[in-house]
Amino acid sequence: MKSKRFYGKGLPNVDPSQLTGPLIVIEGSDGAGRSTQIEFLLNWLERKGYPTVVVGLKRSELVGEALAEAMRGNTLNAITLNLFYATDFADQLERTILPALKAGFVVLADRYIYTLMARDIVRGSSMEWLKEIYGFALVPDAVFYLNTSPKILAERNFQKRGFLDYWESGMDIQRVGGMYDNFIKYQNRLHKVFQALQREYGFYSIQGSRPSLSIAKEIRARVERILTSTGEKAPEKTMVAGRETAPSAPEKAAYVPEPQPEDKPKG
Amino acid sequence: MPKVKASKEIEGKLIAVEGLDGSGKSTQIRLLKRWLELEGYKVFFTEWNSSELVKKATRKGKKKKLLTPTTFSLIHATDFADRYERQILPLLKGGYLVLADRYVYTAFARDSVRGCDRDWLRKLYRFARKPDITFFFELPLEVALGRILEGRPALKYHEAGMDLGFSKDPYESFRVFQGKIYEEYGRIFKEFPVERINACDPSEMQQAKMRETVRRIIDLKKFKLKRGVKS
Repeated sequence: MKSKRFYGKGLPNVDPSQLTGPLIVIEGSDGAGRSTQIEFLLNWLERKGYPTVVVGLKRSELVGEALAEAMRGNTLNAITLNLFYATDFADQLERTILPALKAGFVVLADRYIYTLMARDIVRGSSMEWLKEIYGFALVPDAVFYLNTSPKILAERNFQKRGFLDYWESGMDIQRVGGMYDNFIKYQNRLHKVFQALQREYGFYSIQGSRPSLSIAKEIRARVERILTSTGEKAPEKTMVAGRETAPSAPEKAAYVPEPQPEDKPKG
Repeated sequence: MPKVKASKEIEGKLIAVEGLDGSGKSTQIRLLKRWLELEGYKVFFTEWNSSELVKKATRKGKKKKLLTPTTFSLIHATDFADRYERQILPLLKGGYLVLADRYVYTAFARDSVRGCDRDWLRKLYRFARKPDITFFFELPLEVALGRILEGRPALKYHEAGMDLGFSKDPYESFRVFQGKIYEEYGRIFKEFPVERINACDPSEMQQAKMRETVRRIIDLKKFKLKRGVKS
């Protein structure tokens, strides 16, 4: 397997070549079906015997709560919000993702730096600045982007909780009529940014409107390829007596997430 | 009523002080603030690390030792950004003299001693406007250490740089930590413009030099507070 690398200069005292587990990211807006897909994938991986850890935004021990609390106040400015999320991400990266990958676990990330970047670009930050800041992030083995039209997103949010989220509607940066219009407009803006990010980072884009099982199968097939190319068919290999064995640096069979042909966005 | 355009131009001026603990910079910036206030100028004072926003999280991180060099740096950057976006920038746009007791250079020095990449730190703080004047209070390391450690104060874990593992003894750790920050400041102020103040000079001399510098660089009459003017 080609050893992992950071987008930029990385983190002090971390040798990416020791990170042998695969890092799989699922991206998409609220309502795109991320949690459903994470659950499918988690069940499948664990059934096959792969120890798996799930991480996601706002879940860090360090600032997860503080961030959620600050967001309830709706008074955060854009740069502050971005750096708050960056702290949250860094804490999970350093204290959850990296140790798990080092132990050969699969890490499933329910969103990654791309959501953070997209939100911030929509709020006026430059891509170049964000790339610098997130230079400490690890390059994932695969990024699946659930590309879903704002209308469907809105519908699924209504089904799930009956209302649209303040931040997911971009209410802090725009006012175009009511909440629904804001949601659609904001999600459209995000979508555009995501398309640019996709070109930059080569996400594997999947139409989020498709039946969830069919999406799950497609993701599974891709993940399976990654698992076999990392040479860890049997997880036992990397789990010797429960110790972190910096699994005997397997042969280098490259997997680089290549740019994928983009699915036609649904009008 | 005349129309006021939302301008990108910043009329305010930013004055920062930097230096080691014990260099007397806080005393001096407070005196500068008093002077500007008494002279009737629009002035606002801000300190490093005072926002409510992340206080709880920072405390938790310190107590449970969750912080790494990167999260330590980011959490303080978040805190600073909140203060910057909520106070410093609006005040600068509103034509205030903003005085900052420590500014981004403190983060550059402290965080790079903790192991963060220098270039990354400068980029992280790129959103922050460069001060119009930065005063750096210079004094020999031993003098600064002497001033702080004289009374054998209780040093906090991070304050003493204990997380860096220089020494098990907080005082020894503090010495090493401050020494490294001292070196880093030296590097930083080769890179950024600075007005140096000799922190061993008598206080009133230091203050006189600061006032003279402020008068030379900033057109103070633009900052007169207009009293009793009806809007």
